[in-house]
Amino acid sequence: MTVASGFADEVQPFRLGMLINDKRYRSYTLQIITIFLFMLAFAWLVNNVVENFARAGRDFSFSYLFQPAAYDINQTLIEYTSRSTHLRAAVVGILNTLLIAFLGCILATVLGVVIGVLRLSKNWLVSRLMTVYIEGFRNVPVLLWILLASTALAASLPSPRQAPVLLGGAFVPTNRGFYVPSPVWGDGSVFLGIVFVASIIGALVFGRWAHARQAATGEILPTFWIKLAIIILPALLLYFILGRPVTLEYPELKGFNFQGGLFVRNSFMALWLALSLYTAAFIAENVRSGIQAISNGQTEAAYSLGLQPSRTMNLVILPQALRIIIPPLISQYLNLTKNSSLAIAVGYMDITGTLGGITLNQTGKEMECLLLVMAFYLIVSLLISLVMNIYNNAMALKER
Amino acid sequence: MKTKILSLALGTAALAFGATAASAATLDDVKNKGFIQCGVSTGVPGFAFTDDSGDWQGFDPAFCRAMAAAVFGDPKAVKFTPTTGKTRFTALASGEVDVLARNTTRTFSRDADLKFTFAAPNYYDGQGFMVRKSIGVDSATALDGATICIQTGTTTELNLADFFRANNMKYEPVPIETNAEAQEKYLANACDVYTTDASGLAATRAAFEAPAEHIILPEIISKEPLAPLVRHGDEQWADIMSWTLYALITAEEKGITAANADEMAASSSDPETKRLLGSEDELGVKLGLDKAWALNAIKAGGNYGEIFAKYIGKDTPVALERGLNALYKEGGLMYSPPFN
Amino acid sequence: MSDTHSHTSNNIAYVADQSLPELPAPINTRGPIAWVRQNLFSTWRDSILTIVFGYLIVVAVMKLAPWLLFNATWDANSLRECREINTGACFAVVNRRLNQLLFGFYPSHLYWRPILTFFLMFVAFAPMLHDNLPRKLLWFTAAFPLLAYWLIWGGPVWSIVLVVAALVWGYFVFRFVSSLANQTAAIFAGIAAVLLWFLIAHDDAVQLFVSVFGSVGLEPVESAKLGGFLLTFVVGVTGIVGSLPLGILLALGRQSDMPVVKMICVGFIEFIRGVPLITLLFVASVLLNYFLPPGTTFDIILRVLIMVTLFASAYMAEVIRGGLAALPRGQYEAADALGMNYSLSTRFIILPQALKISIPGIVNTFIGLFKDTTLVSIIGLLDPIGIMQPIRSDQNWNGIIWELPIFAGLVFFVFCFTMSRYSMYFERKLDTGHRN
Repeated sequence: MTVASGFADEVQPFRLGMLINDKRYRSYTLQIITIFLFMLAFAWLVNNVVENFARAGRDFSFSYLFQPAAYDINQTLIEYTSRSTHLRAAVVGILNTLLIAFLGCILATVLGVVIGVLRLSKNWLVSRLMTVYIEGFRNVPVLLWILLASTALAASLPSPRQAPVLLGGAFVPTNRGFYVPSPVWGDGSVFLGIVFVASIIGALVFGRWAHARQAATGEILPTFWIKLAIIILPALLLYFILGRPVTLEYPELKGFNFQGGLFVRNSFMALWLALSLYTAAFIAENVRSGIQAISNGQTEAAYSLGLQPSRTMNLVILPQALRIIIPPLISQYLNLTKNSSLAIAVGYMDITGTLGGITLNQTGKEMECLLLVMAFYLIVSLLISLVMNIYNNAMALKER
Repeated sequence: MKTKILSLALGTAALAFGATAASAATLDDVKNKGFIQCGVSTGVPGFAFTDDSGDWQGFDPAFCRAMAAAVFGDPKAVKFTPTTGKTRFTALASGEVDVLARNTTRTFSRDADLKFTFAAPNYYDGQGFMVRKSIGVDSATALDGATICIQTGTTTELNLADFFRANNMKYEPVPIETNAEAQEKYLANACDVYTTDASGLAATRAAFEAPAEHIILPEIISKEPLAPLVRHGDEQWADIMSWTLYALITAEEKGITAANADEMAASSSDPETKRLLGSEDELGVKLGLDKAWALNAIKAGGNYGEIFAKYIGKDTPVALERGLNALYKEGGLMYSPPFN
Repeated sequence: MSDTHSHTSNNIAYVADQSLPELPAPINTRGPIAWVRQNLFSTWRDSILTIVFGYLIVVAVMKLAPWLLFNATWDANSLRECREINTGACFAVVNRRLNQLLFGFYPSHLYWRPILTFFLMFVAFAPMLHDNLPRKLLWFTAAFPLLAYWLIWGGPVWSIVLVVAALVWGYFVFRFVSSLANQTAAIFAGIAAVLLWFLIAHDDAVQLFVSVFGSVGLEPVESAKLGGFLLTFVVGVTGIVGSLPLGILLALGRQSDMPVVKMICVGFIEFIRGVPLITLLFVASVLLNYFLPPGTTFDIILRVLIMVTLFASAYMAEVIRGGLAALPRGQYEAADALGMNYSLSTRFIILPQALKISIPGIVNTFIGLFKDTTLVSIIGLLDPIGIMQPIRSDQNWNGIIWELPIFAGLVFFVFCFTMSRYSMYFERKLDTGHRN
């Protein structure tokens, strides 16, 4: 029957019913209907917005971005005053978001890997404690952690006047933030930078050479220590030759607060710690399951080949475990970046705090502000996804 | 038809969630649904908070109840929507709430640009600074380099930036979402100064364990006339809001209280009192209300002075002086146009 | 061989004819001491770790326990009273405001309704999570959303009855049309019939029924009264239930051969997953009204429910896509080989298996969503975190800091932990299912 109609199709004249019944046309029909409905919905929404804006007597424009913001921001990575434009305030916010996301990812990874490995420890106490940590952090909302971290920092640390000055003035914890020394770049520090970069390149070149040598002759050099020496020694030597061009500025108590040095605000610390601790719990689980997924036979096989335990880990287990660990790790980075928008809960001025917060409140440009904020996060997310896809393709098992 | 489309989109949900079309005549809408939707803040001591039984209380909810009493004769015919600094104007503009009584400063741009109609201020406020006595500062001009806790989403942050720029001083702003968190931070000494409306400072200070250790600096750096507001373009509804407030103020002036209102309505010989309480003339009808509208509004929670005394006055923990908010006869700014 | 051996051994006197009793294991391999040695101090590194962490635990307990437990006050009328009674935590605030933390401003004489809904929820979800229950229970599962909606918001019973009637009507239209034309057309006709009912007749019909038969039903409760954990559950469960059908459609759309459909689905999923939930909630709270016809407005909770459902559906789509991808290709090919068309094979072969594999993922999505509902506090809804603000604004409790978040955190932990354990249990169960 189907065969017969298959032949008959070529001679059958086109009927309207074929748009639905004929497999060849049906997909086109459905797609055209979909496009039509989609456009209709879209047009409906846009039309509503236009009508609503007209009724409220407001316009859709981004010109407010170039007017003075008129408010102050505490943590600014670029120069900013209350006379700067809203656009600049937005850029300050973007940089703050990127900063917290970047540092958060690093801390979360370090903590996550350590905790994930400790979770597998044979030590009963340690592995139980890590389980408690992981379950505790994973099962309570991150917003609550952020609020608790902020409260804890404000309530448990001393005010600047009573603050202990630790490590010879290098570290002052207060309930407003942490003061650490900041480097002051004197004359000649440029050379220092150049030499340092050159040494890193040198270390990389050496690494390649040592690798090639090992492949050719089988001799193993203590590459780690040699590399470390190549990186540190020339810069250190030059530092003293040039007469210590880089000095540290220490924080000092003046008036209400410490002045000088680098000031890491508590809003930043609370957000950073809470996001990192929360995300670390997820990363630890990824690490644990990644390591456990590698079958014991791999270890045994490596041992039977005579590999030392540390080399077994580095050359056999980790490369395989990483293949499993890294994709969820990157999606955790994505989550952390998105969760950093909860900064508004503790007053950290990220993009949701500046453009999506105070700028929005002061200008009343909800539509424009939120569109820009969402566009920013979307771009960041897509970039992270892109990295993930490139990695996945590179690491995909070449199966035959 | 519009509501039909919506109920199509939302199915049954539209029934309970009350898809309403805010038409030009807010009063008709309000009467149809049987209550006033009133936007309040999510919590400012004395001005808006929930009591143990979960009812909204405070200076602002009390005004909403008075309006409900004026419209329906029933102070309970009101529902409250808590709004944040960010959501409050949208909530009003979109018709989600009928009136916003939420410590909102009347400013030019909110009036002209955001298109709202404000009643007369029901509280004259100004931005002040609170500091610990122990830091030995007695003027805001000595605050150079201070760390300042500040509530976001308000006019406060602009005033602050202006003040410090004008005095050529530096400061470290610590933006904070809510009053409770600001208080927590300030008490932990995570900021030297807490700045917000002076009323808020007083209310916050009142809750401290040792209020005497903190002072409010003499400088008031801004004018913050707080007033209820409605959308532009509905004069009748704006009039009801404005004149309900005036009725409460006049009631205080004439000595009409919640307790004696009925008696005054029956026996007062003062012509304006009689007009106000509806025993002579029918002023309420001209607003589209019952003639006893003002009588009901006053009976709901008392006159302006009674409401003030109950929630934020001297005998409450908030302990605010009447100051600018006294009647004009007593040296304040509370002045109602006549009921003629 | 062994036979002869045993036979001869019987006669030899010096060979024991019964085995000796087992000796206890050496003292250092059993008992608590051995356990401690093996599990806490097996190497010097272990010993250091044990001592360091043990010390940290002891210090933490010593610091926290007095404040948290021994000196805590459980009953007082205000923070001031608390401070007079004892020096520790003031859990009296949790005690006094427990109803608000759990139910928000829901009328107290109606608490039985959310509680009943809560327990019915378990009955409704049971057949999805347990496969040895009678399949008939699935009918209750299907009816649950409607029932829960009615129980929580109340209203005349007719509105619910008529919704069911409308669905039945849509089904009959579907049957009728499918007997005339093909299924795709019939599905469209069925949906159109139901929509038409809501568009034209539903409101008036409810009015009619109420006026004729009286307003039998539950006392209506407006959504502004929802708060506390009730709100958390309403938002979380609505999000997950609503996102299930949407997520299935999106996942199927993403796998579709039709480029346009695929593009729209991918675009939607990536957009939603690319932006933080808080920005979507801002859209719900300040922008959504602009996207609706001028003048229409509906309350913030419904707007949040819509946004959260859309949000969850993108994540749900990815979970289900994972389930679809995990199915062996043979299943698709076998369905094709049997001559099943797309809708038949999807309905009877692919989806039932893919959904079953996806259940742990769905539960995890739910846990995530459940935690994410706390974000609604930022737009002013009074969920357990949001409601702390008005409570702390009450002069009686002004100054409370730790107690409320600790309570909220504990409740969240209990729910999320239980769910995650369940999902792990289910995962293990599925595992064995595959091996058979």
